[in-house]
Amino acid sequence: MIRLEKRPQPSRAWSLATPLVAVLATMLFGGLLFAALGKDPVEAIRTIFWDPLFGEFAFYYRPQLLIKGAPLVLIAIGLSLGFKAGIWNIGAEGQYIMGAIVGASVGLAFYPYEAWYIFPLMVIGGALGGWIWAMIPAVLKVRFGTNEILVSLMLVYVAEQLLASASLRFLKNPEGFGFPGSRNLQSYESAFNADLIEGSGMHWGVVAAFIAVIFAYVLLNRHMVGFHIRLTGEAPRAAKFAGVNPARLILLCLGISGALAGLAGLFEVSGPAGQISIDFNVGYGFTAIIVAFLGRLHPVGILLAGGLMALTYIGGDIAQSNLGLPSAAIQLFQGMLLFFLLALDLLTNFRVSLRKVEVA
Amino acid sequence: MKLTTLLTSAAMALGLATVAVAAEKTKVGFVYVGPVGDGGWTYEHNQGRLAVEEAFGDKVETVYVENVAEGPDAERVMTQMALEGADLIFTTSFGYMDPTINVAKKFPNVKFEHATGYKRADNVSTYSARFYEGRAVQGTIAGSMTESNIIGYIGSYPIPEVIRGINSAYIHAKKVNPDVQFKIVWAFTWFDPAKEADAAKVLIEQGADVILQHTDSTAPQAAAQAAGNVITFGQASDMSEYGPKPRVSSIIDNWAPYYLARTQAVMDGTWTSVDTWDGIGAGMVGIGEISDAVPADVKTAALALQASLADGSYHAFTGPVNKQDGSVWLADGETADDGTLAGMNFFVEGIEGDIPQ
Repeated sequence: MIRLEKRPQPSRAWSLATPLVAVLATMLFGGLLFAALGKDPVEAIRTIFWDPLFGEFAFYYRPQLLIKGAPLVLIAIGLSLGFKAGIWNIGAEGQYIMGAIVGASVGLAFYPYEAWYIFPLMVIGGALGGWIWAMIPAVLKVRFGTNEILVSLMLVYVAEQLLASASLRFLKNPEGFGFPGSRNLQSYESAFNADLIEGSGMHWGVVAAFIAVIFAYVLLNRHMVGFHIRLTGEAPRAAKFAGVNPARLILLCLGISGALAGLAGLFEVSGPAGQISIDFNVGYGFTAIIVAFLGRLHPVGILLAGGLMALTYIGGDIAQSNLGLPSAAIQLFQGMLLFFLLALDLLTNFRVSLRKVEVA
Repeated sequence: MKLTTLLTSAAMALGLATVAVAAEKTKVGFVYVGPVGDGGWTYEHNQGRLAVEEAFGDKVETVYVENVAEGPDAERVMTQMALEGADLIFTTSFGYMDPTINVAKKFPNVKFEHATGYKRADNVSTYSARFYEGRAVQGTIAGSMTESNIIGYIGSYPIPEVIRGINSAYIHAKKVNPDVQFKIVWAFTWFDPAKEADAAKVLIEQGADVILQHTDSTAPQAAAQAAGNVITFGQASDMSEYGPKPRVSSIIDNWAPYYLARTQAVMDGTWTSVDTWDGIGAGMVGIGEISDAVPADVKTAALALQASLADGSYHAFTGPVNKQDGSVWLADGETADDGTLAGMNFFVEGIEGDIPQ
C-alpha cells in the first residue's frame, strides 16, 4: 500500500527539482494531448519551446519574449514577497489596470506638450495607482480584519469597470470618431515607452523587471525586512516573539506588490499596448500568480518562470497558426504546468513509502 | 565563369524557384478575437475562412489564431503570419486597428483587411456590415409581437456600431407599435455567457417579452427558452437550434462573399485599399429564416422591409427622426449620411436612459 509520510524537513532536492519535473511531465502529457488531436507531438512541442528561441524567425520572437515576460516577472516578484509571508494578494490584475489608468492619465494630461519629465511622472503615477488599489485590502485587513484574498479579487472587477469608463469617457480619444479607447501613446513621444534599442524589445518595463529581481533578492537575503517576511510565513508564532509587526508587514507587502503591478500596467500601456482600451488587461495579474509559484517564490526562479510562461504563450500562438492547434489545447497545456507543479509539490514535504500499514 | 558568379546565379535560380512555389499558393491569415466555437462573431468569420478554402482548394492555404487579445498579442500574431509568408491577413476585431496599422507599415507587400475600423493605409482595407439594416427587420417583428410592449436589449459596449443597432430597432418597432418601450442593459462584453444570461434574466423580470442581443453567445436564447413566452433573435450567427421559438429570426454576418472576392483580388494582383460597408443588398447581412412563431402578416411586412432595404428603395434611417433631446436629426424624407452613422453617439427620440459614458 502506498503511504505518504511527512518529512521532518522539506526536501531541498525536490524543491529544486519539482519545477523541472513539472515541465517535463507537461511536455509528456501535453504531447499525448496533441497526439490525440491528430498532430505530431514532437513537432508541436518543438514549435512551442524551440522555434521562438532558435527557429527561423527567432530574431523577432526573442524580443517578444522580453515584452511578454517583463510584466509577468514584475508582478510576480511583488506577489512573491506577500506570498512568502502568507499575505495573499490575488488582485494584481486590478492594480495593474489602475497603474495603467493613472499613469496614462498623467501622460495624457500633458498632451500634446513635449517634455523630458513627463514619462518619469507617468512612472510615479503608475506605481501610485497600483499602490493605492492594493492599500484598500491592506487597510481593511489591518483595521477590520477582512480577508485580503476576497477584497483584492473583488477590486479587480471594480478596476475593470473603471477601465471601461476611462475608455468610454474621461480618457477617450477626442479624435476617435466616438469609438472607445484613449489616444495612442506610441505616437506621443514624451509618453512613449519605446524600445531602448530599436527592435530589441528592451523597454523600461523590462529594465524595471530585472531591477525588481535584484531588489527582491537583496531584500530577502540581506535585509531585516526580508527576514521578517520569511519568518512570518514559516513560523508565525516565532515571528510574533521576534517582534515582527504584522500590520506593518501587511501594508508593506501589499504596497510593494500593488506598486509593482501598477508599474507593469504603466509600462504596458505606454509601450507595447499604446492605449487604454476596454480590453486592455489580458490577465497578466492572474498569470503572475502561476509564475510566482512556478518560480518557487524565489526571485531568480520567478525570472526563469516568467520566461517560460512567455515562451508557452508565444510558442502556443505559433503552434495555433502553423499546426492548427486550437487555443483551448494550448490553454490546457499551460494549465497542466501549474497542475503538475502543485501535485509534485507534495514530494517536497512528503515521502512516498510502500511499507505495509502496521495494525495498531 | 567565376565560381562566385556561378554560385550567385544558382542562388538566384533557387530563389526564383522558391518564389514560384510560394506564388502558387496564396496564404491567407485570420486573426480571431474569440474562439471559433463561439457560435457568433468569430464562428461566422471562420465560416468565411472555410468558404475561401473550399472555393480555392489547393490554390490557397489558410491559417488562423483564435482568442487573440487586442494589443501587443495581436501585433505579434499578425507579424508572425506575415513572417511566415501570408499574402493577405484578415484582422477581425475593432481593437486590432492600431496593431494592424503598425504591422502593415513593416510589411508593405502584405495586404491587410481590418474589420469594423476606420484607419486605412495603402495595404490596409477596412470592411464592415450594415447590421442596422437587419436591426430594422428585427425591430419590425419585435414591435409587432410584443404583448407587454417592453423590449429588452442587451448591449455590449456603447460604441457607434451598437448604438446604431438600438436606434434602428427602436425606430422600426415604434413604427408598428407606438406604445413600445426599450429597456437596455449594457453587458460590457462581446462574449460572456454568464453575464449575458444574467442580463437576459433581469430584462425578462422587468417584463420584457422580446430580447434583442448585441452579444455573441447563445446564453440569452437559453434564458428566454427557460422563461417561456419570450422571443429572441439570433445574433451574428443563425442560432437556429433555438428555433422556432424563442429564436424567431436572426441577423447573420455573411463574410464569405467578401473574403472570396478579396482573396481573388490578391491572386489576380488587383487588390487595392478600399473601405467596404455592405448591407443586406450585397449579402453581407443575412436575415435568418423567420419562423412559424411569427404571425403571417408580420412576416410579410418584415420580408417586404427586407426587400426594400436590399434594393435600396428604403434607407433604415429615413426622416423625420429626432434625437433623444428633441432636436431634429433628419428632416422629413432625409436619409442619414454614412459619416454620421459611422460615429453615431446619440439615441433617437423616445429611447429612455443615457448612453453610458
